[in-house]
Amino acid sequence: MENQFKTISKTLFSLINKDEVLTVSFTGEESQFIRLNNAKIRQTGLVNDADINLKMISNGTTCTGSFTLSGNDSFDLRRAKSEIERMRIEVSQILKDPYVTMPSELGSSHETKHSNGLSFENAVDAIMPCVQGVDFVGILSNGRMYRGNANSLGQEHWFETESFSLDFSLVAKNHQMVKGTFAGTDWNQNNFELYLDQSKKKLKMMELKPVKIDTGNYKAWFEPAAVSDFINMFSWNGISEASIQQGCSGFGRMRNENIKLSSKFSISEDFSLGLVPKFNSNGEVSVDKVPIISSGELKNTLVSSRTASEYGQVSNHAEPGEHLRSPSMAPGELNRNDILKEIDKGLYLSNIHYLNWSDNSKGRITGLTRYACFWVESGEIVGPINTMRFDDSFYNYFGDSLVQVGKETEFIPSTSTYGNREMGGTTCPGILADSFALTL
Amino acid sequence: MRDEINLKSLLDAVNVPADWVGIREVYESNTPRMIRDGIPVSNGHYSTHGIMVEVLVNGQFGYFGTPDLSKKGIEEASNKAYFQAEAASKYALHRFTDDVRPKSVGKYSSEFEKDLRDISAKDINIMLLDACNALKVSEKIVSASALANVIESNFHFVSSNGSDVVQDFLMLEFDLSATAVDGANQQTRTFGGMRGTCRQTGKEFLDNIEILAQANKIGNQAIELLSADETPSGEMDIVIAPDQMMLQIHESIGHALEVDRILGDERNYAGWSFVKLEDFGKMQYGSKHMNITFDPTVSSEFASYAFDDGGLKAEREYLIKDGLLVRGLGGKESQVRSGLEGVANFRASSWNRAPIDRMANINLEPGESSFDEIIGSVEKGIYVESNRSWSIDDYRNKFQFGCEYGKLIENGKLTKTIKNPNYRGISNPFWNSLKMVGNGDTYGIYGTPNCGKGEPNQVIRVGHASPLCLFENIQVFGGA
Repeated sequence: MENQFKTISKTLFSLINKDEVLTVSFTGEESQFIRLNNAKIRQTGLVNDADINLKMISNGTTCTGSFTLSGNDSFDLRRAKSEIERMRIEVSQILKDPYVTMPSELGSSHETKHSNGLSFENAVDAIMPCVQGVDFVGILSNGRMYRGNANSLGQEHWFETESFSLDFSLVAKNHQMVKGTFAGTDWNQNNFELYLDQSKKKLKMMELKPVKIDTGNYKAWFEPAAVSDFINMFSWNGISEASIQQGCSGFGRMRNENIKLSSKFSISEDFSLGLVPKFNSNGEVSVDKVPIISSGELKNTLVSSRTASEYGQVSNHAEPGEHLRSPSMAPGELNRNDILKEIDKGLYLSNIHYLNWSDNSKGRITGLTRYACFWVESGEIVGPINTMRFDDSFYNYFGDSLVQVGKETEFIPSTSTYGNREMGGTTCPGILADSFALTL
Repeated sequence: MRDEINLKSLLDAVNVPADWVGIREVYESNTPRMIRDGIPVSNGHYSTHGIMVEVLVNGQFGYFGTPDLSKKGIEEASNKAYFQAEAASKYALHRFTDDVRPKSVGKYSSEFEKDLRDISAKDINIMLLDACNALKVSEKIVSASALANVIESNFHFVSSNGSDVVQDFLMLEFDLSATAVDGANQQTRTFGGMRGTCRQTGKEFLDNIEILAQANKIGNQAIELLSADETPSGEMDIVIAPDQMMLQIHESIGHALEVDRILGDERNYAGWSFVKLEDFGKMQYGSKHMNITFDPTVSSEFASYAFDDGGLKAEREYLIKDGLLVRGLGGKESQVRSGLEGVANFRASSWNRAPIDRMANINLEPGESSFDEIIGSVEKGIYVESNRSWSIDDYRNKFQFGCEYGKLIENGKLTKTIKNPNYRGISNPFWNSLKMVGNGDTYGIYGTPNCGKGEPNQVIRVGHASPLCLFENIQVFGGA
């Protein structure tokens, strides 16, 4: 794929005029998908994909485009020429852009990660015998992923990695479920079987008699997977500088009213983990770590170069969409063995589901409990709870109500495959809040 | 630019001993243009072109999605798809035959009068700039935007049992948005809520909607919301406009009736359903006023088509008749797995994803009541428009929806404007509380370009049309 990227980039740069600046970005994958239901295979297949995205700056305008790379030189050359010609006509017609963001030439990078992953040929035999005897449903996403970026000023970046993710649910006869995600770069059959056994043991707990709870405010422990879902909401009308400027962010109160979250809450954009490229789709390279909220205080928002230009800010080379790419929340002091004791009486929430802003400006988020969520009394799990809707503000559970943060962080991999497989994920601990509102 | 390929010759190049082979070619281009606060923020043209080869081996389907459109590419793709299917067949969930890929021959083209692709980039930019300026009715409008996305999508499906289906779609997504801010009070008003205005149409749609007048109204309503009262809390009647009914139908009917979901395929992702296989023909899903159709034949609606991606001919069917659940959203694969009758809804988002059960156009059929009769029947309640927030549980039971704009209804009249209108409920009792359904004059056609489902994940377009509806005794509430 790297050769395809280099060849088409060279071709594209040879087609532009002197007064045109072109940025080329590349997204590719060679993926295997095996979808399971009832511990049987529902659908399976392979996908090869390679997409070229273009940004042309000329005549004081910005215009973008994309096409699929077929791997056939004559097709791809024709598509490249056609797209350049189309953009050349566009830039003569569209409105001037006062905030044109020029690319730069600040050095190139090359990162290729090799690993001992799960071969496509062995995947069925590695997984299927182990999941028999239990109602197993989910998907294996497996294979190599590629990202590239180059511009006509000479800068070039390449990032290539291989990973697998077996994202699954185990379902008990009473329809209660346990969630698991076995993901990584090097496949270890023993570790997989051990992980699966642990998930099966958790499923046993779901066979406890369910507890019906009422709406109201409860003390609640959120496992890292649940905290990760809250953090993901920061990427949607959240920590984006443009969202704040345009009046559609829950973080406007931190900026404009100097409201702080709990001093126990710190989160940063941390590229030092190496799970995603440091370069963005404009080819700009972020620093290793961008503090977002430190000890409850808003330190930085995500600022793209365009937003910086439009609103007089300093860019931290966020993506144009200003979403978190590698969020990492700092751990606290609460030992895993003490979680139930600290809850004493309340909720143990492993996962949450279908989050949305219910009052964005106040930071209020609604969603539902899902999977292994339990009622706890006297520091002991009593039983799984029925599905409950919550509606509460992050200014509460990451703010005044945040009483403890877990000592251990977990990496929650992104399993999203909309359009293409996503890289990276969220690193975070669990949290204990002394009040959390259940509403239905 | 779309490369022309001879799909039948590619099918001839397949050389694997499969029981059935199909090739689906998809070309799609999106041309979004957006002006925000007087400046162009999007002038793009994004295209994708590839094929999916699907083979049936020992009752198991396997696929390979590839952008390589050459004969060599198709040979490699079919060989690898064959290997995938053969390896998986030891653990097949269901042993299919080619009955689930019926032979179909036919064509479909979106109906339109004037081709959207004939509008120049310059003209669209100016139209959107004018709209953007019209949205900014006050200094308190901190952000205003106007968007038009022209979508061209071409599907071609051929198979070893003689299918040859060509479907060409031309679509438009259009939106206007104004955000007004006064201190901590932020209010956004749009043209139909969350990209709800989307159609298969031509330029005539833009000619007919009086864009500047709509923009002015949206800007003024955003300002109006800044000084509006908070929505009251409590149990009361709610009258829901078509651009919110769209989402209500989508989340609490459409997804709940997907048969692959009822069969458990989605349990690890979107979830299961409160509907069980044995409920069809028996469950009183809603009140007698409720008539829901699967209707891919409405010419201007977003998800109209003639055949699904398995080759099944698409026809209008009742899903719910007089409140009784009669049919599910299951394509041929789900029909043979479940033993239920279904519809032609086996659809994929693109060439790189396999088809699954999806909604197409799911519509609530008009009733008898006028707008005035519905409002006039309410002693105390609220009227709401345009979705801004949505969430529902994994069984499609407990939902909560938020809207952009509301009005109090007092003694049969619309009175004060209210902000942050939200309501919540449980699907089955909610639909059984449907008290009145508006007539054709209250009917609106909407849709969404962003329906997510499936593993691997897929986003697909769906359409929803509905009249105005009255539900009684619903839990409503306002902002924080």
